[in-house]
Amino acid sequence: MTIPRSILKNSNHFWMAGLLGVCLLLQGCGVSDAPILSPKGPVALAERNLLFTAFAVMMIVAIPAIVLTLYFVWRYRRDGGKGAYTPDWDSSWKIESVVWLVPAAIIVVLGTLVWQSTHRLDPYKELVSDKPVFRVQAVALDWKWLFLYPELGVASVNELAFPADRPLSIEITSDTVMNSLMIPALGGQIYAMAGMRSELNLLADEPGVFMGRNTMYSGDGFADQHFKAHALSGDGFSSWKDKVAEETAKLDAETYLQLHKQSTANPVTYYSAYETDLFNLILRKYSPIVGPYESKAAELICRGAA
Amino acid sequence: MLGRLTIEAIPLYSWVAMGGAAVTVCGGLAVFLLITYLRAWKVLWTDWLTSVDHKKIGIMYVVLALVMLVRGFVDALMMRAQQAIALNSEGYLPPEHFEQIFSSHGTIMIFFVAMPFLTGLINIIVPQQIGARDVAFPFLNSVSLWLTAAGAGLVLVSLVVGKFSTAGWTGYPPYSGVEFSPGVGVDYWLWALIVSGVGSTASGINFIVTIVKNRCPGMTYMRMPLFTWTALCISVLIAFAFPALTVVAAQLTLDRTLGFHFFTNGDGGNMMLFANLIWIWGHPEVYILILPAFGIFSEVVATFSRKRLFGYKSLVYATACIAILSFTVWLHHFFTMGSSANVNAVFGIATMIIAVPTGVKIFDWMFTMYRGRIEFHPSMVYTIGFMVTFVIGGVTGVLLALPPADYLMHNSTFLVAHFHNMLIPGALFGYFAGLNYWFPKAFGFKLDAKWGIRSFWFWFIGFYLAFMPLYVLGFMGMSRRMEHYADPNWQPYLIVAALGALCILCGIICIGVQLYVSAKNWGSARDVTGDPWNGRTLDWATSSPPAPYNFAVLPEVRDVDAFHDMKIHGTAYRPPAHYEDIVMPRKSGLGPVIGAMAFVLGFAFVWYIWWLVALSLVLILICIGIRACDDDTDFVMPAAEVARIEAAHLAQITPVDMHDMRDFEPRGAASGTPLAGRA
Amino acid sequence: MSETTMNEDLLEHEERKSLESREFGFWVYLMTDAIIFALLFASYVVLSKNSAAGPTSKDVFDLSHTAGETALLLFSSLTFGLATIAMSLGQTGRVVQWLFVTLALGLGFLAMEMIEFSGMIGQGAGPETSGFLSAFFTLVGTHGLHVAFGVIGICVMIGQVLVKGLTIPVRSRLFRLGLFWHFLDIVWIGIFSVVYLPGVM
Repeated sequence: MTIPRSILKNSNHFWMAGLLGVCLLLQGCGVSDAPILSPKGPVALAERNLLFTAFAVMMIVAIPAIVLTLYFVWRYRRDGGKGAYTPDWDSSWKIESVVWLVPAAIIVVLGTLVWQSTHRLDPYKELVSDKPVFRVQAVALDWKWLFLYPELGVASVNELAFPADRPLSIEITSDTVMNSLMIPALGGQIYAMAGMRSELNLLADEPGVFMGRNTMYSGDGFADQHFKAHALSGDGFSSWKDKVAEETAKLDAETYLQLHKQSTANPVTYYSAYETDLFNLILRKYSPIVGPYESKAAELICRGAA
Repeated sequence: MLGRLTIEAIPLYSWVAMGGAAVTVCGGLAVFLLITYLRAWKVLWTDWLTSVDHKKIGIMYVVLALVMLVRGFVDALMMRAQQAIALNSEGYLPPEHFEQIFSSHGTIMIFFVAMPFLTGLINIIVPQQIGARDVAFPFLNSVSLWLTAAGAGLVLVSLVVGKFSTAGWTGYPPYSGVEFSPGVGVDYWLWALIVSGVGSTASGINFIVTIVKNRCPGMTYMRMPLFTWTALCISVLIAFAFPALTVVAAQLTLDRTLGFHFFTNGDGGNMMLFANLIWIWGHPEVYILILPAFGIFSEVVATFSRKRLFGYKSLVYATACIAILSFTVWLHHFFTMGSSANVNAVFGIATMIIAVPTGVKIFDWMFTMYRGRIEFHPSMVYTIGFMVTFVIGGVTGVLLALPPADYLMHNSTFLVAHFHNMLIPGALFGYFAGLNYWFPKAFGFKLDAKWGIRSFWFWFIGFYLAFMPLYVLGFMGMSRRMEHYADPNWQPYLIVAALGALCILCGIICIGVQLYVSAKNWGSARDVTGDPWNGRTLDWATSSPPAPYNFAVLPEVRDVDAFHDMKIHGTAYRPPAHYEDIVMPRKSGLGPVIGAMAFVLGFAFVWYIWWLVALSLVLILICIGIRACDDDTDFVMPAAEVARIEAAHLAQITPVDMHDMRDFEPRGAASGTPLAGRA
Repeated sequence: MSETTMNEDLLEHEERKSLESREFGFWVYLMTDAIIFALLFASYVVLSKNSAAGPTSKDVFDLSHTAGETALLLFSSLTFGLATIAMSLGQTGRVVQWLFVTLALGLGFLAMEMIEFSGMIGQGAGPETSGFLSAFFTLVGTHGLHVAFGVIGICVMIGQVLVKGLTIPVRSRLFRLGLFWHFLDIVWIGIFSVVYLPGVM
């Protein structure tokens, strides 16, 4: 059970590390690699630090509230209590001002924090980096995740791979019920909804393998709808690329319709190519205006489910 | 003829489901046989089921809530057991069954435990606190009760005939749409919500009018007891919020039954509309559940600190603030749906602002205890347990109100832990405090304090054991509603949580034992004065149980602590110069009939038995028509009868039983014993 | 005998108090109903452009037909108002007359709405076609359902006025029914200006 390095590194939050240390002692094993407490990317780290900061600020009110409650209960108990007794005392401007204004002041502080952090950590905002963004398209299916890599022209099911040194930008939609894509160690989640496009921007500190899943209950196979996200080094990523490119299976419209059928704990699958513009076709399937289809594949995907 | 109802609706597919059905059927049968054996059908019908007396209706609400609490808790126990063992295995529940259980647990606990519990307590107490003889619309009150019972009945029947929803208690589409959930489950859920929701709306209207119109002389708004204030606020919330539930449930029903496209994938549906509508109801609903408990805590803390409530005005304004603000925060339930940063930030800040009046309340209760003489009556112990625990829930709530933090914690067990941390101490502890506090008012004898304290400790410790691990699991990335999982690190926490659930089971058993023991020894714990705890508000001025008319003569109120004021000035327990005739509402069988028809209507809709839908609808309309033409709904209780009842009550009271707050002296060990005043 | 009269006085006193509560309660009920309509309006506005592959509002709305419906309903509100005036003057016969006129206008409105709906369904623009039409039928249909209940209410009240005369409770019920009827008028004006007018523009 060790305190993760990434926390000690950040001297601003040294006291938070202390807090975390207490948590670790209290909670025992397993917590030390809890993805949310020991993030592996700047987005998750910022979100977690916000959590800790807000927690600390609130302790200004919470600790007195709990301690004073217990103290008053003890001191003013009927049998054996030592406190005075003033049965008709029922108001005090001083106390009222403090109990309204101090929490209000804290909320002003936290509110400012909310405003700034919500804009700073907007999941739609692309991360600033000297390296170009690596784009991935993710499609929620029953009960698996399909990832399309426009840059590589390949696709994978229930496995996400990306170069560790480039910011990751995921476009997300669903070809089934509402889902929510999350890789806890890298950052927060966002819903995947049919006919709609959402976006998540993440970055890993260093190469590693992280757990990712759908967090939004979606039916019988929900518990198994998870995947591994591989942040790979330069070499690792090129060998992953080659491995997928060698795959004979291609994700054309008909294969997609097969994949679209419900399945639980789908094995990791690679496709060396996918139907042109597949992500937009899936989006278009649910869009309100349906015109003539530009291709056979488009018609298959848009009407296949009907 | 029977729509889609076939023999396959009987759950023969799994032994667990079959067992649940068997228990339900046997339970119903046992109650039926017991009543028959006691030859109690006639009494039950004339004295209880057809009663329009707010006190009896309130008692029936609370009984319904306690029965459903057991049912909802069995679900919780089964979930905890499943997750404790389901590491890399299927456990003992297949996914489909597990999903029904978490859906019914949430639905039951919100709609058929919390709602009837609080409505019941408000029914019993509020008219007495404002010095009224009954609610504004006694018959409507009976209809509300039976509609709520009909909704509960639909949930219970789903266990035996067909299946319950697998879509969770909020039933998000498109999953709850007919494409992904074709069976009857979601329809059961919808009809239970619609039927009971109409009942709740009627209750809300009833209590707004009661509190606005039926207050006794001198009972100005700023002299109303806090519990009445919270009842008024939540009645307004109900009247504003429940229509949203009705609308959204009706829209989903239309989608499912008639192929509409409100929330479907494609064809112009919009699932985000559902999320907005259900939470426009859902967030105020949270305060509908919690505020009455805050009211109870306010009453209990003043009574058992033997002191005036600190910051009465502050508490009133804080309650009103919370009620208004509760309509401005619904979007925080889906920060992760992709709204712009501006929208998320605004709703995040609005959410946090609610923490201010809530915090103020905690401090006001604390300063009520300050320089008091605290007695550890079970209701007071529940209050203290609440104050300590609720602060933790408030803190985690503010954390979730930070949108970026919510991106991490949303849909996780952290969220589950948070809202249980609000609703178990914040609502349920309050209702239990109310149960212990007002039981003698309803039944004329006190509950056993020892078993009350025991049940508190089991609930309190059980709560921490069951939900603190879930906070940790949220940090570890565990999502809610998982039927099984693969991470061995999670299991120890889930086992602890299951132990917590077992602990809470002991707490529930203790409540059962408490009721049994108290009923057995009722003679030695009788409350002859109607004021067993040296209470401060008007509800203690009536006898226990109160006469049908509550007050023989409507009281004159001069202070917030109206009855305390009467005791000090020696006007309490004084018979008036003469009594007058009192007009009372007649009992009516139409309430239970309308409830039964609403049940049949829901059932027929669920199974597409259209002729039965039409028939029950017509019968309901006929019942309403009969009532609308009835001009003879009241009767007169003669003054002589009133005088007789009052004299019998006053004759029982000796000066020794009367309380006088000015001469408080700490004495007596047991918290439940009345304090002897200056005899 | 004197005791019975006293009882009747007391009952009447209590009844007046109770009717006062009923009137206040009815206002609160109308408020909850207004919220139902507000949310149905909101749903309609959200979904009004989602006509999927089906017809759009321009294809299905006929403003002249709607104008006819509007006229019927507005006139029915006027005639109900006249019934209320007659009631305050104690003219039982006039009340019944005006109620019958209101009933006829209300039924006329319902008939026109039926024709409109069946016409739309006939040309393939039923509620199961698209989100837009689902929201349209639900909003306008809910209003129509309210009018239907109002019509039943008018029938019941005609019967009560004829059988019981203008007693205090009957007056109170008629007053409340009037509130309901005028409320539906206001909702219809909302429908006209939120649904039909922008729909054809």
